[in-house]
Amino acid sequence: MCLPLLRPQSSSERVTVGQAEKVAGKRSAALQTKIPVSILEGYHVNSNTPSDEYLIPLKVTWTSLGALEGGQVSYPKPEKITVGDQALSVFTGKFDLVANFKVSPKAPAGPGIASGKLGFQACNNKMCFPPKSIEFTVPYQVQ
Amino acid sequence: MSFLRTGAAVATAVLLGCFLEGCSTAPVSVKAASVKSDNDRRPAPDFALKDADGKTVHLSDYKGKVVLLDFWATWCGPCRIEIPWFEELERTRKDKGLAVLGVSMDDNGWEDVKPFLAQMKVNYRVVIGNDATASAYGGVDSLPTTFLIDKQGKIAAIHIGLDGGRKDFEDGVDALLREGSSPINAGNGSVPPAVAAAKQQ
Repeated sequence: MCLPLLRPQSSSERVTVGQAEKVAGKRSAALQTKIPVSILEGYHVNSNTPSDEYLIPLKVTWTSLGALEGGQVSYPKPEKITVGDQALSVFTGKFDLVANFKVSPKAPAGPGIASGKLGFQACNNKMCFPPKSIEFTVPYQVQ
Repeated sequence: MSFLRTGAAVATAVLLGCFLEGCSTAPVSVKAASVKSDNDRRPAPDFALKDADGKTVHLSDYKGKVVLLDFWATWCGPCRIEIPWFEELERTRKDKGLAVLGVSMDDNGWEDVKPFLAQMKVNYRVVIGNDATASAYGGVDSLPTTFLIDKQGKIAAIHIGLDGGRKDFEDGVDALLREGSSPINAGNGSVPPAVAAAKQQ
């Protein structure tokens, strides 16, 4: 019997987060790093500003900033695609998220790690997959 | 010789006609592309899930009906494309013995689902699903995943994603509605072998 179901790849394979660049700076310095994200060809994730209130956005949540402050993320310009008659605001392919920090004025000198989660919900033109999140880290050095 | 050829041709035509159209009042052969033959169907697991009024809904409540069981979520764009198809099926086939039943897989439950149903003017019953129900139906890794369940409570077709399109659903439902009816024999909650086999492909 031939049934029309292909076992999909796991969501973590549809979306991957690369290693963020290590940042270094003195106390109170402004730092910036890129967090590389890759979406498997044929799939998309909702942008950080989805076209509909029910759609789940791509979003960075910091779980620990360590000696860093801020963490505001700049997202790339989304693409506009249409699935059925629904216009969507999405990200596809490879792109960087830019995270902006400030070193705490009282930070001890030395290395540390900030950690966060990238929340997303992936689809292709025919189906969607449950919302997931991927943990990632940003290594830093307080000089 | 000529007589034999003519006789054989007539017999072949009669047999072919019987095969295609049926020669008795017995249930007609199912011809919709997505619908499995009766031998390949497995019992659909029963469940107990709440609808918008808080009423517990069991699959076995739909004894003797054809059920279109749609796993979906408010955040699923392709699911939204199918919803008007299912509204139309509910509208045009409800009196013929079809019941459309949506199983929402939204984590936030009715908080998200109720306003969505109102916005989409959904005319069929919706319940909130859970992992146990999804697991019983083979995991439901992607949405929409829709099962066509025959009058005996067996899974006759599985649609993963926007598979086959609106016409395939209509043809499948119509084929199942034409089948003879007998009491439902809902499953005991185990993974339907047909689903498990499908998920391994």
